Amino acid sequence: MDFELSDDERSLADGMRRLCEGRFPMERVRAGEGRRALDTEGWSALAEAGVFSLRLADEEGGADLGTAAAAVVFEELGRALVPGPLAATHAAAGLVKGAATGDRPVGLLRRTPPVPGDPRPVLVGDLGSLGALLVVADDGVELVEPDAVGGAPVEGGLDPLTPLWRLEAVPRGTPVGDGPVAEALWRDFLVVEAAFLVGMAAVTSEMAVGYAKVRRQFDRPIGSFQAVKHMCADMLVRAETARAAVHAAAVTVDQPDVGDAVRAAHGAALLAAQAAEANARACIQVHGGMGFTWEVPAHLYLKRAIVLWRALGPATRLADVVAERF
Amino acid sequence: MDLRYTDAEEAFRAELRAWLAEVVPTLGPRPALTDWPARRAYDTSWQGMLYDAGYAGIDWPVEGGGRGASPVEQLVYLEELERAHAPYVGVNFVGLLHAGPTIAVEGTPEQRARFLPPILKGEQVWCQGFSEPDAGSDLAALRTRAVRDGDEYVVTGSKIWTSHAEVADLCELLVRTGEEGSRHSGITWLAMEMDRPGIEIRPLETIGRSTEFAELFLDGVRVPVGNRVGEENDGWRVTMVTLSFERGTAFVGELLQSMEELRRIRSLARRVGLWDDPEVRHRTGQLGAELDALWALTRRNVSQAARTGVPGLGGSVFKLAFSELRQRLATLGLELLGSAGLAWDELEATDGSGPIGNTRLLEQWIGSFSRTIAAGTSQIQRNIVAERILGLPKG
Repeated sequence: MDFELSDDERSLADGMRRLCEGRFPMERVRAGEGRRALDTEGWSALAEAGVFSLRLADEEGGADLGTAAAAVVFEELGRALVPGPLAATHAAAGLVKGAATGDRPVGLLRRTPPVPGDPRPVLVGDLGSLGALLVVADDGVELVEPDAVGGAPVEGGLDPLTPLWRLEAVPRGTPVGDGPVAEALWRDFLVVEAAFLVGMAAVTSEMAVGYAKVRRQFDRPIGSFQAVKHMCADMLVRAETARAAVHAAAVTVDQPDVGDAVRAAHGAALLAAQAAEANARACIQVHGGMGFTWEVPAHLYLKRAIVLWRALGPATRLADVVAERF
Repeated sequence: MDLRYTDAEEAFRAELRAWLAEVVPTLGPRPALTDWPARRAYDTSWQGMLYDAGYAGIDWPVEGGGRGASPVEQLVYLEELERAHAPYVGVNFVGLLHAGPTIAVEGTPEQRARFLPPILKGEQVWCQGFSEPDAGSDLAALRTRAVRDGDEYVVTGSKIWTSHAEVADLCELLVRTGEEGSRHSGITWLAMEMDRPGIEIRPLETIGRSTEFAELFLDGVRVPVGNRVGEENDGWRVTMVTLSFERGTAFVGELLQSMEELRRIRSLARRVGLWDDPEVRHRTGQLGAELDALWALTRRNVSQAARTGVPGLGGSVFKLAFSELRQRLATLGLELLGSAGLAWDELEATDGSGPIGNTRLLEQWIGSFSRTIAAGTSQIQRNIVAERILGLPKG
């Protein structure tokens, strides 16, 4: 048992961080604010780096790596706040032709039993750039061609880096997988999305700590005040516990004999989403008035955390799976 | 990242599991929590059994009589003990986890030979005399004075939160030998026999009406210089050495117990008809996710210790999260009982299905309040995390 990152995993993370620093520095990511289409150049670079295909076997064009490697990679993507349907496309790589190469970006929607009289429309991100939309239910997966979805663009989405489309209901499509396929797809999606969220939670923690060290009031750094310092400590605790959970979930997918991967994936997604949201909130608070400005990117992490969490489903549902399987 | 155990680790597990399966069922019932002499007898006899089977102090260095087990073996060891519902370390806690390892590293060969075997065999019980009424979180402010008189120290002062004091043979004692205000640089570590004249033990009653710890009043207690471990005024460093034995496994038993407790709480929710309540399910799942995460974090901290040989600072992160989680866990359990959770004495269910389980849940709930205070309050833990891990400036 050695639950530290292996040398290979570390160099994978380093490589991914360098790629993100080169391709997705914050100025470049922010240049996409308000966009309606994916930055295809950036997307292709990720595809070439193997972000979507890395878990596929060599002969399928993959790198034959495991979910643990995918988690390490997605943590880095989350740190950089790379936009687009990354986790869904990655999770769909073995199921949807063209996903692994990035040629068909894939969206993912969860179908839950309809609540009679629920008048809420469904908002999906990046629909205009998708090559396929997967709808996951307990009993199977359906594939919907984007042309058949008929969504209407919604201007002014909460996250300036996630363009939205409005659907009147979760659409129907062609079955492409049964219950077990749906379970595995959703599990893998949760794990990599949770890794992305953990990366976000780590960055907002680092941003807050960095600011608390240099911002001076009352002739001293604000990070010397316990009221601020304890917020920062809590941010690290949330990020590190969620990170351990995500890594354990990823390893459990790869090594099914060590635990219940479905339970681990749901728990990890729950904690990662909570950490990403709570740390972004705290990051805004530690930055004081500056944290409420458009200039400081803390709000982008908060908004993305909310956008991603909505796709995971409510905390109650994630927790419910853990409660039943604990 | 690999969560599978090696063949050697699995072999160690199998051997231990077989032994536990043989001996644990032969143990008598646990004594009442308030019966300290019986608890001492029970815990020390269990320690003796561990010793005879070669499982005493497995994580201790070999020169101290231990097996020098790896952090991962220590994890497996604690996991198996918990799985078998073996007795907790109990009154042997200070000897096995604090005083013993300190002497193993810092003691003279004579001190090692004198103090260590009785700890491993369960023949001697230790207590801890660190905190004082005016030196709690700020331990370096301790004022209990030791004055050298020939080949003895004469010790005067008071100590507090001393667990198992009434049944202890020895006390690991921190005393002030330097000038007043010398803080870390004027502290000395002494092994004090508890039957020396001048020691008064006054038990403290907890909010749970138990007497788990006591105040010690020391009035001219004479302790031989030969009982000093390390140099005079070097006691702070000596004490910190003990902490370097922490391999991220300090809470393994309690964590696994908490996981079992959550399953019991789920059963209780079903029994009382509240398992369909969305809030109960939500809170149960949230706690389950956090417990799983802390189990993952434990394995991460242990792996780090195994690789580097030194404990990471992850212990503070763990302690902070776990102690606060325990309060929420116990609160959920108690709330499920409604008004039936208001009585200490065990209540029988109205449908003849047996005891309702209120005593245990109330004890868990009350006990959880000590977790965020003992061994470093949550506030101190947050300072440690912020200053030592995040590098934020001291206030």
